[in-house]
Amino acid sequence: MTFIQSLRRTVGLGGRSAPEPDAPSEPDEGASAGEAQADGVPAEPGAPAGSTGIGPVEIAPDDPLLALLQSTDGVIDVDRATLDSPALEALRAQGIAVIVPLVAQGELVGALYLGERLSEQDYSTDDRRLLASLAARTAPAIRVAQLVREQATEVAARERLEQELQVATLIQQQFLPRSLPDLADWQVAAYYGPARAVGGDFYDFIELPDGRIGVVVGDVTDKGVPAALVMARTHSVLRAEAPRLIEPGAVLARANHILCEEMPANMFVTCLYGVLEPSTGRFVFANAGHNLPYRRSGGSVDELRATGMPLGLLPGMAYEEAEAVVEAGQGLLLYSDGFVEAHSPDGEMYGFPQLRDAYGAFDGDTGSDLVDHLLDGLQAFTGSGWEQEDDLTLVALRRSGGTGFTDVDEVAGAEEADAATAGETAGRGERSLLDLEIPGAIGNERLAMDRVAEAVASLGLPADRLERLKTAVSEAAMNAIEHGSQGRPDVPIRVHVTATDESLRVRIADLGLSGAIPLGTSEVPDLEAKLAGEQTPRGWGLFLIEQMVDELGVEQTDEGQAVVLTLHLKGGS
Amino acid sequence: MEGLVTPLTTRVEAGSETGRIVLAGRVDRDGDAALAKAYREATAAGATALDLDFADVAYINSTGIALVVRLLAEARRDGRTVRATGLSDHYREIFRITRLSDFMTIVGDVPGGER
Repeated sequence: MTFIQSLRRTVGLGGRSAPEPDAPSEPDEGASAGEAQADGVPAEPGAPAGSTGIGPVEIAPDDPLLALLQSTDGVIDVDRATLDSPALEALRAQGIAVIVPLVAQGELVGALYLGERLSEQDYSTDDRRLLASLAARTAPAIRVAQLVREQATEVAARERLEQELQVATLIQQQFLPRSLPDLADWQVAAYYGPARAVGGDFYDFIELPDGRIGVVVGDVTDKGVPAALVMARTHSVLRAEAPRLIEPGAVLARANHILCEEMPANMFVTCLYGVLEPSTGRFVFANAGHNLPYRRSGGSVDELRATGMPLGLLPGMAYEEAEAVVEAGQGLLLYSDGFVEAHSPDGEMYGFPQLRDAYGAFDGDTGSDLVDHLLDGLQAFTGSGWEQEDDLTLVALRRSGGTGFTDVDEVAGAEEADAATAGETAGRGERSLLDLEIPGAIGNERLAMDRVAEAVASLGLPADRLERLKTAVSEAAMNAIEHGSQGRPDVPIRVHVTATDESLRVRIADLGLSGAIPLGTSEVPDLEAKLAGEQTPRGWGLFLIEQMVDELGVEQTDEGQAVVLTLHLKGGS
Repeated sequence: MEGLVTPLTTRVEAGSETGRIVLAGRVDRDGDAALAKAYREATAAGATALDLDFADVAYINSTGIALVVRLLAEARRDGRTVRATGLSDHYREIFRITRLSDFMTIVGDVPGGER
């Protein structure tokens, strides 16, 4: 047998990548073969190789053989190598005589193992030269093969991701209404444009008794399949609870209760839910941290306000209800933040004012015209090359006929409903105690706290309630300054204190320089983990605020966000 | 106590068994370095217990709570017990709801924070 024949039969080959599990080896009778596998990955057995077959050889990352292979240019005689190497011992035990490292561009990509020559003579100088030459030619080819394999793995991962996105899209679309409600004297339009990564937007129309209709627009944090599943669950909960409970505040409170128990960590759902009475235009709504809806009359647009925490974040939340009447000729627009948070090529955000202006400037007739008008406005802002960052959702309702606005009335929140006299609104008798802009400089939270304390002095709050309020105001103002103003004195926060006989409200609004106010999570901070150094010692702000006041709400505003703190003045905790 | 909103200052009594840090002003992020230094000084003599006196503290916010958590974590690692004295009713409640009081002894009844 010639050397080449011998070589062909005795070469084993291994590389850095895991071998294809289904790649058949081609045993040759009488051959001995093996593979080297770097980085501690066990090698596949080589050819069975008859009586001298080589089993799996593992080279641990700290095995000195690896360093030797990486640094040797040529053939290594196993018997002459004096390394304290388990891998070398294993190879020696399996009859390997020489090892030829395969190095491509300075990187060890594998090694050839050769047993004794069948002639039982030593490898000659020519043999070694030939082996070195073979290794020099083989190594780049192996490296290329490895790169091809890595690329194939990447392609497979991308395909899996695409598949996941398709699944998420399917889930999402499954739960969007297949048709719009047909309401006498109303035009209804809706638009849902998923971003490529599929966010968690949804909208819904729910038929209720007496011809009323529930209108939902929501947005799940996160993207992809998890968001789609949470969206599906939220959709189901609202569908189940809305016809039973009717009142929007109660529906959201119930949904929050259910979702809090089920919500994956760091996820929550913002949601605006309203009940429309088509015959009168009465729209009663509650808000779980979602963007406030707009009402339009002619060219004027006003914002309908209601506050509440997002769903699934904090258990036991109550949701304030508010009411507006949509007169003939007026319209309502509900939307998701994908609209207002879209960016221009210069990085400028579309924002609430532009959406509001675009809605006011609409002079078309139909709901679909309005959707087109708003989308055109957005596209003009973002430019044609825009890759949509988030889902876009619009729900528009317009009542046929005349003009004119009716004021929004806030009605008693869920917890106060029993105590309130029928028909009496909490909005009545509300007086302003303080309306103040404070420079957004770090430390000014104490100024906000002191000014609020002065402003509420006339209410005669018990000392403990006042201290609680001060802590809550200080924390909320600090959050607004740190995130809404980024600590810039020229970017103010606004503190507005109002009171009725029943409640005291402190609204702290910021200009949203850093986007959303971090809400943290509903979990009680884990003090054990903080003490063990496993978590940051910070992260107490939201928890403290929530503990200090009777109600905590977050509003999206034209400029940024607002935190609303409420203390009940009668029978409050 | 209103108006006592100067940044945190500390006075340290380093004992061989118990160290004591008397805090004054406000406990918030501005007090980070002062509190860390006070801890080192108060425990320099090998004290196995540490008292924090809050009687002159007018204001503690969440960043101040974080400082206390960090000090407490360090003390626990060093095998020291920590006690808090002079807390007002309000801040006693905050130490209770944050569960700091589960990991440090809260001493004394100081109604309304008056000494």
